[in-house]
Formats: sequence, C-alpha cells, structure tokens
Amino acid sequence: MINRKEFLKAAGCAALAAVTGRWAAAAETASKAGRPQSAEEAARPRHERRPRASRQWGMAVDLRKCWKDEGCRDCIAACHQEHNVPDLGNPKEEVKWIWKEPFEHAFHGEGHDFEKAGLGDLPTPLLCNHCEKPACAKVCPTKATWRREEDGIVMMDWHRCIGCRYCIVACPYGSRSFNWRDPRPFIKKVRAEFPTRTRGVVEKCTFCEERLAQGKPPACVEACKAKALVFGDLSDEGSEVRKLLKSNFSLVRKPGLGTRPKVYYLAP
Amino acid sequence: MHDTGKILAGLAVFLALATSPLWYASLARSSAAAPRLDLPAAERRCVLPREVIRASHMQLLDEWRTQVVRDGQRDYVTPDGRRFDKSLTRTCLKCHSNEKNFCSRCHDYAGAKPVCWNCHVKPEDIK
Ligand code: HEC
Ligand code: HEC
Ligand code: HEC
Repeated sequence: MINRKEFLKAAGCAALAAVTGRWAAAAETASKAGRPQSAEEAARPRHERRPRASRQWGMAVDLRKCWKDEGCRDCIAACHQEHNVPDLGNPKEEVKWIWKEPFEHAFHGEGHDFEKAGLGDLPTPLLCNHCEKPACAKVCPTKATWRREEDGIVMMDWHRCIGCRYCIVACPYGSRSFNWRDPRPFIKKVRAEFPTRTRGVVEKCTFCEERLAQGKPPACVEACKAKALVFGDLSDEGSEVRKLLKSNFSLVRKPGLGTRPKVYYLAP
Repeated sequence: MHDTGKILAGLAVFLALATSPLWYASLARSSAAAPRLDLPAAERRCVLPREVIRASHMQLLDEWRTQVVRDGQRDYVTPDGRRFDKSLTRTCLKCHSNEKNFCSRCHDYAGAKPVCWNCHVKPEDIK
C-alpha cells in the first residue's frame, strides 16, 4: 500500500511530466509555424523578404489603370460567368467573388482631411485577399476552407462546407457570400464546366485555382482590357507583380489586422 | 386448453407478418427487371473494367474529389495507360452523356441518391 505522502509525490511528478510534455510540443509547433528564415533572408529589408510558401500567388491592382474607365465591369462579368455566380438582384442576398466598392469604403479609415480630392467615390475592385494568415480558415470547423501551403491560395472545398458561416463573420474584408437560396435559377447561363453551389454553402474567389492548373491566368486578369490586374508569384523576385510592388507605392486593406493580404493596390 | 386453435392461428398470423419483408423482397426481386442502361455509342471502354467501375465508382469519385479539390491533382491515368481529367461532368458525363438513362436509371433501381447534381451540371440541365 502507498501512503498519502507517496501518493501526492507520484501525482505531482505525473502532473509535472504532463505539463512539460505539452510545453515541449507547443514549442515544437511554434518553431515549425514560424517562418523558416535563412540569415540571408532575415538580413533583407522587411518588404523584400520572401513569403514562406514555395510559391505564393498574389495580385496587384493598378488603380490608375482601373479608373480610366470607372464603369467597366469586365472583370466581374468574366469571373461570375466563369464560376456560375448567381445574380439575385438583392443586395441582402448578394453572392459575389469580385466586386467594386467606393475607395473610401475599401480603405475605410485610411484617409485623412486633406487627401487628394475625388478619391473617395472611385470604384475599387475587391476580391478575396488570399491572406497569409486567413482568419476564415482558422475558424472553419470542417476545414472546408484552408490555406494551401504549396501556393498560398485560400481554398474552398464545397463538399465539406456545412454552412455555419463562421468564416463570413471572421473575414474582415467581406469576401465571402452565403447562398440563402438555390442559386441555379439566378444564373443567366449555366456553364457546365464549373459546378454551381447549393443553398446553404459559403463561396468566394479561389484565384481561379482550376484555371491556374491548366496554366491559364485568372479570368478577371484575362478580361481586364486596361491590364490593371497583374497576377503572379510573389515568391519570385523577377515576377511582374514583385517588380510593380518594388517600384510603386502600394496599399493592402486593413494591414493592422495581421492577416497579410496578398492583393495589393498600387496607389493612385 | 380450449384456445389451442386461436393460439395457433395467432402464431401463424404473427409469423406471416414478421417475415413479410423477406416474402415481399423475394417476390419484388423476381418481378423488377434489371434496368436497361444507355451505354455510350462511340466508346467501348470505361475508365476501369466494367465490373470494377460498377462496384466501386463511388469510391473512385470520392478519391477524385479529394485529390482535385484538396491536393490539386487533376490527372487520372487508367491501369491501361489512358489519361483523363478527374472530373464528374467533364469526364464521366462526356461519355455517359445521358445521366437520366444511365446513372439515374441504375441509382433509382438501387435506391442510391447521390446529391452531386445539386451543384455539378448534367448535360440535360443546360439544354
Ligand atoms: C471514355 C468514355 C467513358 C468515360 C470517361 C467513363 N465511362 Fe463509364 N463506361 C463507358 C463504357 C463504354 C461502358 C461500358 C463498358 C463495357 O461494356 O465494358 C461504361 C460502363 C460504366 C459503368 C457500368 C455500367 C454497367 O453496365 O454496369 C459504370 C457504373 C460507369 N461506366 C460509370 C462511370 C463513371 C462514374 C465515370 C467517371 C468516373 C465513367 N463511367 C467514365 C465509357 C466511359
Ligand atoms: C450499374 C448501376 C450503376 C450505374 C450505371 C451508376 N451507379 Fe452510381 N451507384 C450505384 C449504386 C448501387 C450505388 C450505391 C452504393 C452504396 O450505397 O453503397 C451508387 C452510388 C453512387 C455514388 C455515391 C452516392 C452517395 O450518396 O455518396 C455516386 C457519387 C455515384 N454512384 C455516381 C454515379 C455516376 C456519376 C454515374 C453515371 C456516370 C453512376 N453512378 C452510375 C450504382 C450505379
Ligand atoms: C455544394 C456543391 C457541390 C456538391 C453537392 C458536390 N460538389 Fe463536387 N465540386 C463542387 C465544386 C464547386 C467543385 C469545383 C472545385 C474546383 O474546381 O476548384 C467540385 C469539384 C468536384 C470534383 C473535381 C472536379 C470536377 O469538375 O468534377 C469532383 C470529382 C467532384 N466534385 C465530385 C463530387 C461528387 C462525386 C459529388 C456527389 C457525391 C459532389 N462532387 C457534390 C461543388 C459540389
């Protein structure tokens, strides 16, 4: 028989072992999650460091080019047709992958009293930011949305979405839409090559993951006559996006939230 | 012991009722003929041998779905070396272009109700 003292000792040791075990595990995951950085990498100026993934898709939106024709909706039309995005004609139930909002809304709180006149109302194209630290993926209980390590795309698996809408609440950019009703009747011309969605699932832009797999650029980029949307690999210093970002002043939406968006706006 | 007759009759009725699903199934099976399926006219081989695809197309589709959406792998090579795009609409329904007289006809018979067509588009949906 063990007496009370021995029991307490043994219990104490067990508790200690359990706690240190967890610490060790936590420390290990933390070090894995950190960006693996070579000394050379760490020495670069912060804005020049490469993102962690082997490849990181990203987009630069050149607002000067985009605003040459404020009424243009080519990117939206192309994307929504490509992906069977319904037009419900009701802003409350709107489903959208790429859309436009006044500059003032898109960059709410970034302006000041004496900024360049007339910026506020200009229609600014918005889409999923394919964040490096996506809040939506973090809250998804079924892993129906997650950041794909190989190329940084924040993916959707519509087969797994249970429609809980946590991701909609978590996304600070309003990039996600919920299907409140069966979208099929609201699609003008159903494109057989891409599945529609059903009532009760969430949807958003996937950077045209299915087109990238065939070596094609995203549909919005292809449709933009002004060449205002520039898509490419952010981890490749020679890519056009990286060059544009290096030589222009650019903005991302709500940088303070730490989501590290991958859609950049070349300043007007 | 006056009720032997009643008890035996009751037992007989009970047994007939309790075993009715078996009777019913065996009668129904003998009457419902296997469905006639519209097979592709221009093609002679499926992606897998007939017996295999018949028995395990659900597993194959499940694998395709996961591999395409989650792993980004879209190429399928059949055991005899033919290449296909892992896609429900663009591959299966390209050959089996009449979903109603093929997939559905067999699924109705077998009592299977795949929900895929809520999203995936059948050729007849867009005619
Ligand atoms: C290249 C054309 C082609 C493609 C692609 C194709 N099939 Fe087939 N499929 C056929 C042909 C032809 C047969 C009849 C085979 C035979 O008679 O040996 C068949 C047979 C079948 C059968 C068995 C029918 C029976 O009589 O029991 C099933 C089930 C089936 N296909 C499902 C599928 C599914 C699911 C896919 C997609 C994963 C698919 N097929 C893709 C041509 C095709
Ligand atoms: C020869 C009969 C037959 C044909 C033809 C057939 N199926 Fe099936 N299929 C079945 C049966 C039986 C099941 C149910 C298996 C089970 O429940 O275990 C099934 C199940 C499925 C499932 C899984 C259902 C679920 O609820 O997850 C899918 C998906 C499917 N079939 C797709 C197809 C497609 C697509 C075609 C046509 C290209 C097709 N099947 C043609 C017999 C058939
Ligand atoms: C809620 C809508 C929805 C339902 C229901 C659904 N899918 Fe899908 N599925 C999609 C979407 C959207 C894609 C396209 C993803 C992409 O290409 O990025 C897709 C892609 C796929 C793919 C790979 C690409 C392709 O074109 O086929 C397969 C295979 C697939 N689904 C199988 C299935 C099967 C089998 C079922 C039924 C058991 C099913 N899906 C039910 C929405 C759905």
